[in-house]
Amino acid sequence: MADEKNLFDIEIICPDRVFHTGRAYMVEFNTTEGEIGVYKNHVPITTVLSPGVVTITDGNDQKTVAAVHSGFASVLQDKVTLLAEIAEWPDEIDVQRAEAAKQRAEKRLSEHAEDLDVLRAEVALKKALVRLDIKK
Amino acid sequence: MASMKDIKQRKSSIQSTQQITKAMKLVSTVKLQKARTRAENANPFFQHVYKTVSTILAKSENITHPYLKSGESDRIAVVVITSNRGLAGGYNSNIVKLITESGLPKDKIDVYAIGGKGRDSLTHKGYTVVSDDSPVMEAPTYTDAKEICDKVLDSFAKGEIGEIYLAYAHFKNTVVNVPTLMRLLPVEVDEEDVQESKVEAPMGFEPNEEEVLDMVIPKYVTSLFYGALIDAVASENGARMQAMDSATSNAEEMISDLSLKYNRARQGAITQELTEIIAGAQAIS
Repeated sequence: MADEKNLFDIEIICPDRVFHTGRAYMVEFNTTEGEIGVYKNHVPITTVLSPGVVTITDGNDQKTVAAVHSGFASVLQDKVTLLAEIAEWPDEIDVQRAEAAKQRAEKRLSEHAEDLDVLRAEVALKKALVRLDIKK
Repeated sequence: MASMKDIKQRKSSIQSTQQITKAMKLVSTVKLQKARTRAENANPFFQHVYKTVSTILAKSENITHPYLKSGESDRIAVVVITSNRGLAGGYNSNIVKLITESGLPKDKIDVYAIGGKGRDSLTHKGYTVVSDDSPVMEAPTYTDAKEICDKVLDSFAKGEIGEIYLAYAHFKNTVVNVPTLMRLLPVEVDEEDVQESKVEAPMGFEPNEEEVLDMVIPKYVTSLFYGALIDAVASENGARMQAMDSATSNAEEMISDLSLKYNRARQGAITQELTEIIAGAQAIS
């Protein structure tokens, strides 16, 4: 059980809705520079998100997870805002679709076709993996 | 005086038109409500992106980034958001007028049309329409906004265009929409907002300011596009609602006028018939 004074505000915002708001003890997410975990009084920082799982630990040590793809995060001492183009709760994810997307992307990458957009296929694969990962 | 039959025909034709305008008004009312909810949901995202951009710009006055200065080309891209359907009063023509009267040189403008009405009238006026994404207006999504944004930013990055403008009708309230022409790139933010963010705690950027800008500015432009698309849908339906409302009341007025004329004609006919009968009866006796 964390003290109230160690909690900070967390907001996850999507273009079409406010995905999540609440208080948290710790937030972990994936950035282009690697995974980071944020406690209260973190140094203010703005950073670019990469597809991954966001884990929010609240004051009662309860963990909430969500999948977040592409966006950026701004961390202030008492507030973390994640601006994500896509964010999903585990129960919103369609496993079959993610599985199909994963296979499609893997196939594309293994075929080495000449006009292949490697970056795009890699991003698609990454997204699919994150979705499948969070369902497990 | 028009015959009773003519008046009746005219009246019933106006009545059926009135039914249509009434129905259209109801439809736009519902659509307007939906669009407003969506606009409200989209607002927090935009506000945060805008704040982040102004924070970065406040911290980094000496940053040189392609998005922060005009490109070398003198072509100007104007993204014009109008509707695909008419019967919305002056909605579409106001936006077209905004461009023709903006003072931007006509031969330098590349129009990126979203919405068939604007595309058609700008083509007619001799503007160069380089792309057309009209179907998007039916139900704009963030993905649509992103695709258009990528296309425009791509041309900007290639140096085909030097500046990007956006023209759309800003939704103020149900009866008022304001045709707005704003510059997207090079980015300009309110000096006041920049000053405001300067006061706050120093902010670090990872990996560095340039790369964060690289990432944030396309998102900023996309969220502006998305906001503008939703705003435009709301404005369109607001404008149509109003146009249909006045059409319905005009029809009402015409109908009551015609009813009066019809009754008068009927009275006239009865009087005439009576006179004829009386005259006939007198002739016999």
